[in-house]
Amino acid sequence: MIKKFDKKDEESGSGSNPYQHLEKSAVLQEARLFNETPINPRRCIHILTKILYLLNQGEHFGTMEATEAFFAMTRLFQSNDQTLRRMCYITIKEMANISEDVIIVTSSLTKDMTGKEDVYRGPAIRALCSITDATMLQAIERYMKQAIVDKVPSVSSSALVSSLHMNKISHDVVKRWINEAQEAASSDNIMVQYHALGLLYYLRKNDRLAVSKMLNKFTKSGLKSPFAYCMLIRIASRLLEESEEGHNSPLFDFIESCLRNKHEMVIYEAASAIIHLPNCTARELAPAVSVLQLFCSSPKPALRYAAVRTLNKVAMKHPSAVTACNLDLEGLITDSNRSIATLAITTLLKTGSESSVDRLMKQISTFVSEISDEFKVVVVQAISALCQKYPRKHTVMMTFLSNMLRDDGGFEYKRAIVDCIISIIEENPDSKESGLAHLCEFIEDCEHTVLATKILHLLGKEGPRTHTPSKYIRFIFNRVVLENEAVRAAAVSALAKFGAQNECLLPSVLVLLQRCMMDTDDEVRDRATFYFNVLKQKQLSLNAAYIFNVLTVSVLGMEKALHQYTLEPSEKPFDMKSVPLATVPFMEQKTADLTSVASKQPEKALPARQDIYQEQLSAIPEFRNLGPLFKSSEPVQLTEAETEYFVRCIKHVFTDHIVFQFDCTNTLNDQLLEKVTVQLEPSEAYKVISYVPVQSLTYNQPGICYTLVRLPEDDPTAVSCTFNCTMKFLVKDCDPNTGIPDDEGYNDEYVLEDLELTIADHIQKVLKPNFGAGWEEVGDVYEKEETFALTTTKTLEEAVNNIIKFLGMQPCERSDKVPENKNSHVLYLSGVYRGGHDVLVRSKLALGDGVTMQVTVRSTDETPADVILASVG
Amino acid sequence: MHLPGGFFSSIFSSLFGTREMRILILGLDGAGKTTILYRLQVGEVVTTIPTIGFNVETVTYKNLKFQVWDLGGQTSIRPYWRCYYSNTDAVIYVVDSCDRDRIGISKSELVAMLEEEELKKAILVVFANKQDMEQAMTPTEVANSLGLPALKDRKWQIFKTSATKGTGLDEAMEWLVESLKSRQ
Repeated sequence: MIKKFDKKDEESGSGSNPYQHLEKSAVLQEARLFNETPINPRRCIHILTKILYLLNQGEHFGTMEATEAFFAMTRLFQSNDQTLRRMCYITIKEMANISEDVIIVTSSLTKDMTGKEDVYRGPAIRALCSITDATMLQAIERYMKQAIVDKVPSVSSSALVSSLHMNKISHDVVKRWINEAQEAASSDNIMVQYHALGLLYYLRKNDRLAVSKMLNKFTKSGLKSPFAYCMLIRIASRLLEESEEGHNSPLFDFIESCLRNKHEMVIYEAASAIIHLPNCTARELAPAVSVLQLFCSSPKPALRYAAVRTLNKVAMKHPSAVTACNLDLEGLITDSNRSIATLAITTLLKTGSESSVDRLMKQISTFVSEISDEFKVVVVQAISALCQKYPRKHTVMMTFLSNMLRDDGGFEYKRAIVDCIISIIEENPDSKESGLAHLCEFIEDCEHTVLATKILHLLGKEGPRTHTPSKYIRFIFNRVVLENEAVRAAAVSALAKFGAQNECLLPSVLVLLQRCMMDTDDEVRDRATFYFNVLKQKQLSLNAAYIFNVLTVSVLGMEKALHQYTLEPSEKPFDMKSVPLATVPFMEQKTADLTSVASKQPEKALPARQDIYQEQLSAIPEFRNLGPLFKSSEPVQLTEAETEYFVRCIKHVFTDHIVFQFDCTNTLNDQLLEKVTVQLEPSEAYKVISYVPVQSLTYNQPGICYTLVRLPEDDPTAVSCTFNCTMKFLVKDCDPNTGIPDDEGYNDEYVLEDLELTIADHIQKVLKPNFGAGWEEVGDVYEKEETFALTTTKTLEEAVNNIIKFLGMQPCERSDKVPENKNSHVLYLSGVYRGGHDVLVRSKLALGDGVTMQVTVRSTDETPADVILASVG
Repeated sequence: MHLPGGFFSSIFSSLFGTREMRILILGLDGAGKTTILYRLQVGEVVTTIPTIGFNVETVTYKNLKFQVWDLGGQTSIRPYWRCYYSNTDAVIYVVDSCDRDRIGISKSELVAMLEEEELKKAILVVFANKQDMEQAMTPTEVANSLGLPALKDRKWQIFKTSATKGTGLDEAMEWLVESLKSRQ
């Protein structure tokens, strides 16, 4: 038997884990042994270990079998073997949530926690709290209070930590233990003191005043425990962040004083806290950075690591503060601990000058293969940031990245590299060809479907517009031959894009697509058939509409609209115009990423903001027949900060109506507002149709009221208007403490700031990935052109930003970036006008004495073109 | 705790094999089960709280060892009694002799328990407890209320006890030990 086991182990190469091949059913069978008497502690411990092992491996236990095993385990309480009993405690904790009726061990655990055996007491408390719910908590309250102030540290600590967990279940009961916790906080034992402080903090967490009082008390009286000091520092820095009272407060002084504590742990915590405080000045940072600098040369790897990691974080925000440590960091590059070395180098990359980049990159490449993926990602992120800082270094970076791409590595690592290369390509048109070449090479041997499809999409977008589009075809078609369905489908789409934009390639692309039509996968075949037939028509407008400038609607909205359509059978075909448009995510994120590169989250499919509004509005009967929501503006504040009432407005534009949403907050605790509306007085021919009031607005509880306005029917070109806004309501005075209002109230009003409706509210940003094709597709039926002189504008960049902001349209082809040292620029903007008509704007700008601008507008309808030119002029 | 070595253990094994006798103490809540358990174990009256779950102790009586399980008597705990029936040699069923209102419930719990297959061979000892109180029912009254005389195929006996005063427990244990011995 033993021999057999050995052999198995050798085969699987698992080394010596005796629990490797456990079967749940066999283990549960063995657990019946618990029912036998007398008990064999050694064997029972072994079986419990197996159960725990399975649980920790994520094995699923059904309620029935778990309960059966649990009850069998309770029989082991008859044995007084210490090890066995403690295994029982662990099992109870692990099974507390999967077995039923776990309260059966309550009495036994209560006895153990109050008994004479100290080794039982702490663990019994922890186990007891894991099986106790809010209804049972009162029954053990007396014992918990006693245990918190027990003389044995392990008992006291266990009770304190368990109380912290119980606090989540029943705050009201645990709150009554505050006096005991206070007593424990003056314990001589460092762990007890730390745990007591933790409990005290969590009990008072929502009461700022109580927390700062507590902090004040402990910072004055001083504590023994370094752990408790670390906790105090964390609490203090959180308070500082929330209070915004600046760094002159005693809290900051306290944190700074901890830099001189005798425990390294406390010193580090204080330094880290100061560095993470927002709005720290260089002078405030200096002492924190200098203790970290000292740590850099500590013999303890953990300290060196902590120091360099923290410096790495601060390097992006305050490079100059970290430059002081450059010498020490250089020393760490050769650290035998590779994690430390990596962080040192990436920190240097962030603070270093352009001239040192080459040297550092060379140094990284010597050991990049020796570090873990996680750190490789850190390196890639540092390189990515560097590329944005020194765009001219892109060739060095690109070579380096392509080498990294060839090495082994997991998905996260490869994705970071691919993202980095893509962002370099987007930033630097010069690097496009070489970047695409590297990516092509990568997909020849890429096991990650997500990355392959992403790259194929990029190739389809960028490849056709390079000098030699033909060289990409081979790479793409290889995918069709070699890869899985998802990649094949993406490859087909990419091929079609080449065919649509490069006439000379079209015949070959058609041949290749024809081959794809024999694919085994439905999706691949469908795509190939579709593209083949579209391309065969050889019509630019078809290509534009169906191949490169595809769907611009909100996917969620489309799903809902289609579902609605199937519910109400109708003769009419489904109208795409009834689907709300997708909102273009903001491009500004790039710059924000610089500071938070480390915390990149994988994107989740959250419903867009506008989809949420659509949902909210359609729930209100008055707005049900307005059609699809076209655009929701960013919130506009209509009150100053810190006034009696806080009101902001979001403009929801529909085909013929506008709904103004007013988010109102009443900041007076002695008033209750009822029937709150915002009255609008338009300056033009707009008609207010109805008001939807907030029925009651209590102190600090935001409420929403709406005003519905009809756009002028006889003049479609009227797009801008000013509204005078007045908030009207009924005031009832109320008791600030109880919130109980008087019976009688009086009418009052409050004048808000004026609200502007502008052209941008009528246009939704929609990206045309290929502007030229879109331009041809719309055609010149409704083309208007005019020239303007912008005398007050001094630079092209300023002009570009103003136009984008004014029209609220989406810049295409990255034309919002004005190359340096140029006297002319063309800006391409695209969007959809209210009602669903495409609008494209080509704006040629020339820099002379001021900026001259020639605006050409094309649209599928006359009104939008007129409106845009009229509003620019 | 370990078995005492030498002389006693040899007698012990000759009487009962190597196995400790397993005894359950059952009965409604407040009947005095936990008090009886600790009176038997340490010979003292301890303050008790309602048992949520069980207490298990090794009780030594006349150099013999018993593993005694005291299961909680609250309505919510009673369903779990059956989880502990297997391998039981004897059941001590405790009745509060003053609780005339609930003697019926006590009877139905007892009847249900005795019907369990796993307890078919278990000896039954009924403790008519709280005999120190004035209004207590006599053992005969209790026995009749529980329907004990009608029991067939079951070795049983009733004793009048007072756990707080410590009376009657010795006689009951004496009878239990003899019955267990003779059953071997």
